[in-house]
Amino acid sequence: MHESNNNNTQSGQRPTPTPEEITRRRFLERLSLVAGGVGALILAVPIVGFILAPFFARKHEIWRSVGKLESFKIGETTAVEYEDASPLPWAGVTARSAAWLRRVNANTFIAFSINCTHLGCPVRWLAEANLFMCPCHGGVYYQDGAVAAGPPPLPLARYPVRLQNGEVQIQTAPIPITKK
Amino acid sequence: MLQRIFNRVRDWVEDRTGLLEAVGKMARHLVPPDAKWWYVFGSATLCAFMIQVISGIALAFSYIPSASQAYSTLQFISDDAPFGHFLRGLHYYGASAMVLMVGLHMAQVFLFGSYKFPRELNWATGVLLLGFTLVMGFTGQLLRWDQNAVWSVVVGAEQAGRAPFIGKWLAHFTLGGDTVGGATLTRFFAIHVFIMPALIFAFVGLHLWLVLRHGISEPPKAGKPVDPKTYRQEYKELIEKKGRPFWPDAAWRDTVFCVGMIVAIAALALYFGAPQLGKPPDPSIIAASPRPDWYLLWYFAVLALLPHGSEKYFMVFGPLLAGVLLIALPFISNRGERSPSRRPWAIAAILMIVLMMAALWAEGVKSPWSPNFKAQPLAPSVVGATNGPVFVGAQLFHSKGCLNCHLIGDDGGRRGPNLTDVASRLPSSQMILRISNGGANMPAYAANLTTAEMDALVAFLQSRKIQRP
Repeated sequence: MHESNNNNTQSGQRPTPTPEEITRRRFLERLSLVAGGVGALILAVPIVGFILAPFFARKHEIWRSVGKLESFKIGETTAVEYEDASPLPWAGVTARSAAWLRRVNANTFIAFSINCTHLGCPVRWLAEANLFMCPCHGGVYYQDGAVAAGPPPLPLARYPVRLQNGEVQIQTAPIPITKK
Repeated sequence: MLQRIFNRVRDWVEDRTGLLEAVGKMARHLVPPDAKWWYVFGSATLCAFMIQVISGIALAFSYIPSASQAYSTLQFISDDAPFGHFLRGLHYYGASAMVLMVGLHMAQVFLFGSYKFPRELNWATGVLLLGFTLVMGFTGQLLRWDQNAVWSVVVGAEQAGRAPFIGKWLAHFTLGGDTVGGATLTRFFAIHVFIMPALIFAFVGLHLWLVLRHGISEPPKAGKPVDPKTYRQEYKELIEKKGRPFWPDAAWRDTVFCVGMIVAIAALALYFGAPQLGKPPDPSIIAASPRPDWYLLWYFAVLALLPHGSEKYFMVFGPLLAGVLLIALPFISNRGERSPSRRPWAIAAILMIVLMMAALWAEGVKSPWSPNFKAQPLAPSVVGATNGPVFVGAQLFHSKGCLNCHLIGDDGGRRGPNLTDVASRLPSSQMILRISNGGANMPAYAANLTTAEMDALVAFLQSRKIQRP
C-alpha cells in the first residue's frame, strides 16, 4: 500500500487514502456527488438526446415535380417552387423551397440553388442580362452558374433534375452550405 | 392601527426570512463618494434587460412560436391587439437600448481602467454578458418571423458552416435541420426565451456578486496606479473613510437615468412603433434583400468590404479573436495607471472602435455593394436621345443589368464606378475592353452582347460627358 502511495505521489496523483482515512463524512460526500452525477446523467441523456437526435436522423431526399416539360422554353431560366422532402406538420409556408431551372435543350435541364455561395442570400435572375445577381453583397453569376463577379467563392450549387412521365422533377436537397 | 398590523407582519416575515436585512446590507454597501453619472450605464443595462423580460413575457401571451402561425400572431399583435404595436416597439427599442448601454458600460469601464486588479472577472463576466446580449438581439430578430428573419437564419447558418470541423453540424443546428422549416423557429424561440435569459440572469447574478465582493471601483486618478500588493488595503481605507451607502446616495442617479431611459424607449415605441413586418416567411419568395437590425449592420458591411477570399477566415476567427482578446484584456494588463489621461492608447482604441463601427454602419445603411433592383429605364431627358445608337445603348444599359450597379446622374446602383461622366476618362477602345472582359466586381459581357449591341452601348457611354464651362 505504501509503495502504491509513493508511486502515486511521484506520478503527481493524490495518494490513495488508507481505509482508515476514508471517513464516514468522506464516504457521504462521495455518495452524494456520485448520486447527483447519476441523477444528472439520467436526466441529461434523454434531454440532450431529444435536442440533438434530429441531427443524426437519416434524411430521405425525394423527387418533386415542378412542371410539365412543355412549360419550360429552351434557353430560358425560370423560378420553380416545390415542397421540402419531409416537412414537419406545422412548417406552413416555410416548407416551401425554390430553385432556378434552366432548360438547356430538349431534354437537358439544370437546376440551380437560389442560395448565393457567399452567404446564402437568394439570387435573382436577370433574364435579359443573362445573369444571376445577389441582393446582399453584390455577387454575380453567369447563366451556367459560374461566378461572374463579387465575393462568391463557388459557382451556384446544382440540384439533380430528371424527366419523368413528361414532368420535370427536382430532387430535394439541403440548403447548400459553403465550406470554402 | 393599520401601521401596527403592517409592522407586525413585516417583522414576522423578516424574522422568518431575513430578506430585508440581507437586501438592506447589499443596498447600503459603501461606494466611493465620487462615483457619479459615469457609473449609471451598468444599472441602465440591467434596467433595459428588465424591460425586455417584462415586455417579452407580455408578448409571449399572444405569440405562437410555430413556423406556420408566428407571422399571423405578429400581425395580430401589431394590428389588432390593444397596445400590441406599442409593446412590440417597446421590445425592439428596449433591445436597442440594452445593446447601446452595454456598449457604453464597457467603454466606461475600459476607459476608467476598472477592469484591472482585482476586478478581472467582473470584466470577463461582462464580456460574456455582451455576447449573450448580441445573441439575444440576433435571435430576437429571427422571432420576427418574416421573410427577412428566414433569410437571416440562412445567412447565419452559412457563417456557422465556415467553422472548421464542426461547421456542417453548426449550420445544421442553426437551421434546425437541412432547410428552414418547422424546427427552425422553435429552436430560436427556446434559445431566445429560455436559454439565453437564464444565462443572463445567472451571469448578472455573478457579475453583481463580484461588484459587491470587490466594491465599485473608485474614479481613477492620474499618478495613482493599481498595485495588486497594496490596492485592496487602499480601497478599504478609502471606503471606510469616505464611503457612502449605495442606497440612496448613489442609487438615485441610477434610478433617474433608468427612468429617463424608460421614457425615451416608450416615446420611441409610441412615435415610431414596432419595426414593420416584411413579406411572409416563405423561402420560395426569391425577391428578398435580407438585412440585420441596426446593431449588426456594421458587421454586414464588414462581410461586404472584406477582400474576396478572406471572408472564410474572418467569419470564423474574427468574432472568436474579438471575444478572446476582450476576455484576455485584464489578464494581459491588470495593474498600472487607470486614468485615461495616462492611457492615451485606451482613448485612441475607443475612438477607433467607435469611428470604425460608425463608418461601417453608415456604409451598411447605404449598402452601395448591393445591386439596385429597383432601377428604372433612364428618362429621355437623361439619355438625351429618343432614337439612334445612344437611345438603344441606354435601353441596353438598363436591360443588361448595367444600371443595377452603375450610376448615371441620380439613377442606378452604386456597386461599380459612377458613369455619369465616363466619356471624360475612357476612350471607346477602353470601354469595349472593360465591358468585354469585366473585372473583380463586374461580369464579362463578351458572350452576352452582339457587336451591334456593344457599339450602341459604347455610343451611349460616350455620350455621358458633363459639359464643363
